[in-house]
Amino acid sequence: MLDFPVWKTTLIVLACTLGLLMALPNLFYDRVERANDAEAAVEAGLTPPAGDLDLWPSWAPSNLVNLGLDLRGGAHVLVEVQVQDVYAEQMESLWPEVLRALRDVRDSVGTVRRQEDGPADVLRVRIGNQGGMAAARQAVQVLSQPILTITGAGANTLDIGQEGDDILTVTLSSAERAAVDERTMAQSLEIVRRRVDEAGTREPTVQRQGADRILIQVPGLGSAEELLALLGQTAKLTFNHVNGIVEDANARPSPGNLLYPSVEEPGIFYEVERRPVVSGEQLDDAQPGFDQANRPAVIFRFNPQGGRLFGEHTARNIGRQFAIVLDDQVISAPVIQDHIPGGSGQITGNFSVEETNRLSILLRAGALPAEIIPLEQRTIGPELGQDSVEAGRLAAIVGFVAVLVFMALGYGLFGIFANIALLINVGLILGLLSLIGATLTLPGIAGIVLTIGMAVDANVLVFERIREELGRARGPARAIEQGYQRALSAIIDANLTTFIAALILYAMGSGPVRGFAVTLGLGIFTSVFTAFFVTRMMVALWLRARAPKTVTV
Amino acid sequence: MRLRLVARDTKIDFFRLERLTFGLSALAMAASVVLFLVVGLNYGIDFRGGTSIMAETESQVPVGEYRAVLGDLGLGDVSVTEISDATGAATNAVFVRIEQQEGDPSIQQEAIVTVKDALTDAFPSVTFLATESVGAKVSGELVVAGITAVLLAVGAVLFYIWLRFEWQFSLGAVAALVHDVVLTIGVFSLVGLEFSLAIIAAILTIVGYSLNDTVVVFDRVRENLRKYKKMELLDLLNLSINETLSRTVMTSVTTLIALTSLYILGGEVIRGFTFAMIWGVLVGTYSSIFVASAVLLRLGVKRDWSGEGKGGPAGTQYANVDA
Repeated sequence: MLDFPVWKTTLIVLACTLGLLMALPNLFYDRVERANDAEAAVEAGLTPPAGDLDLWPSWAPSNLVNLGLDLRGGAHVLVEVQVQDVYAEQMESLWPEVLRALRDVRDSVGTVRRQEDGPADVLRVRIGNQGGMAAARQAVQVLSQPILTITGAGANTLDIGQEGDDILTVTLSSAERAAVDERTMAQSLEIVRRRVDEAGTREPTVQRQGADRILIQVPGLGSAEELLALLGQTAKLTFNHVNGIVEDANARPSPGNLLYPSVEEPGIFYEVERRPVVSGEQLDDAQPGFDQANRPAVIFRFNPQGGRLFGEHTARNIGRQFAIVLDDQVISAPVIQDHIPGGSGQITGNFSVEETNRLSILLRAGALPAEIIPLEQRTIGPELGQDSVEAGRLAAIVGFVAVLVFMALGYGLFGIFANIALLINVGLILGLLSLIGATLTLPGIAGIVLTIGMAVDANVLVFERIREELGRARGPARAIEQGYQRALSAIIDANLTTFIAALILYAMGSGPVRGFAVTLGLGIFTSVFTAFFVTRMMVALWLRARAPKTVTV
Repeated sequence: MRLRLVARDTKIDFFRLERLTFGLSALAMAASVVLFLVVGLNYGIDFRGGTSIMAETESQVPVGEYRAVLGDLGLGDVSVTEISDATGAATNAVFVRIEQQEGDPSIQQEAIVTVKDALTDAFPSVTFLATESVGAKVSGELVVAGITAVLLAVGAVLFYIWLRFEWQFSLGAVAALVHDVVLTIGVFSLVGLEFSLAIIAAILTIVGYSLNDTVVVFDRVRENLRKYKKMELLDLLNLSINETLSRTVMTSVTTLIALTSLYILGGEVIRGFTFAMIWGVLVGTYSSIFVASAVLLRLGVKRDWSGEGKGGPAGTQYANVDA
């Protein structure tokens, strides 16, 4: 137990030095952060602020503990993507194909009419000739394609069924739904990421959580409301041909048309063609600006394909209206004065400058495939975060010093050994946190403070044991040896059980709680290491150097 | 000269008043359950859903004025509480809590904007330090996750101790854990501190700490069971607790020192959390002696620990390092 060959000593000293070196940058947090930012800027091909690169030598370790949102300030938003919205859309786009397929077998099926009532994710078709159901099912079945799955099971994209004798139903199969969900989530993540990036925020995190959720964390952003304003809008932009204007919200649009309310003229509804002329996906750029009357406007440019389509449409429809539709509302419906060939234009409405800013960002980033609804949002102001860091730091230092004094008073020289180990311990925790890039949260600081209190436990266990062994009148070396040996099982059992609790906390918790679990878990690991290797080594070396006749612990 | 919190060789009879302490613990647990059922916990928005806003003004604004401003916004139950610092003195900051709004999730967002606008109009110097809003869906899941975490932790520990010791130890340790958790919930019901996700974390840490303490005592009991094969269990438990008493007190005191510093200086945000931890260390230390060991005493233990290779699951031999 007290035998420390040179290689062992070297290894322990090396491990501690390495850990402490990793922790070192955190003492110069601001400097290192600015130097890191500068380095990232250079890599991205930008010019960093002058002098920032020299703030921290590039060969030195530069990993920092990430400060959580509760310490740095920022916004945290958890949203849910309404993936099932997409099913209805898919059914919508499937309808023309179904119609065509059924028309091909009109002789046996008879008249074909879509039933608009009922759930939107089921396509229901009434056929005139009940006897033709089998033929109808067969015709539609052709549209259902096999899905290649990992399991290789013979799943198809569509489930085709019937209600009664004359209604054919088409729905997405569960395998296809899963695939659609995956695509929707991947797209949503991408769009959310683009929108957050476009807004110019620093180091945003956009993560998928579970089946249909996205967690967005943006340090430093003033409020989650701003973030949600960016995400809450689907931003689906289309340019549709106008076929009529009505004042009745319940008017039934003729087939192939849709009724959208006007934003600027309450009570007015536009009947527009369902198939848009051009849509937001065909935009190349959108920027906030002003129109001739100096009203805020969004100035956009189509991509070549969109420009051509729009040019052709305007050439053919001079004197008629088209509607600019954003998220199922008509923003404006100008009359086409002339052929518009340039592929660019502007959207004016009752916008404020802020709104045109936001709309441009949304149009550049693209439309979300489905609606996003907020489930949870948290904003911590930077001042509060700063206060928390300072309070946490002060509390940690005061608690630390008090524990150091207490240990020195309680165990004398051995207490000082333990204190050195404790200092190394805290350094190691910080070093490990930096190394794995863990996030330090306020509860995480509490975890460190708690670890300081508990870290001495392993040492206390050993020291108390040594005292007991000394009481049995053995020589100092023998007593210390026995003390370490006998305390081992208690230390392992006691720390393992706490570690189990930390593990469960990590698995079940989220955000700040998880941060706490990480520091607690690391703290258990480092405190056992320091007590069992660092303190023991110091005691052993001291024993070897001094060979005292008596020892008081 | 050493600072000693516990005399060198104590011979305290911890079970002299065993009936009393056991009864006291049972009574406290019953009281906690009653408090929980009657008064209930002051659930934070993590578990109840709704919105909380922390606002600060340049000069102190009476809570009544906040209530007057927010009372007639038609947002249902709006509560305003003053935030005081560690010394109990009032600060310029308040907590505003708005209940979960019925209907569409976006209404929740609108409510936040309404409240912020109203406050900015009434008190131009107001700044919003923190805003948190949790929807009903998530809060429901958080409740389930929290309860599962605590149950899982207790279950895992039950299993671990059964593996390393004997089932009687395992029951004793878990009885102590349940005791600590129930009393913590009781004290939170009593003082009405906000019960949030962080408190669940605190409870799990209490579970860990209380166990740590219990296991150290049990470890010594196991060792003494091997050493003194003929000693009465009562005396043996007393001996073990006395032998580890100095360590128990030292560790509790160092942990309490660190926690107290955090409680006083760590700021408002984690005060509830540290309160739970301090309470947990106190009851955890108590329970490892007066609940865990007492249960062990009542259950009795297998006395044959000597067997090299015979008896006991393989894991129990692990600790026998001096063999």
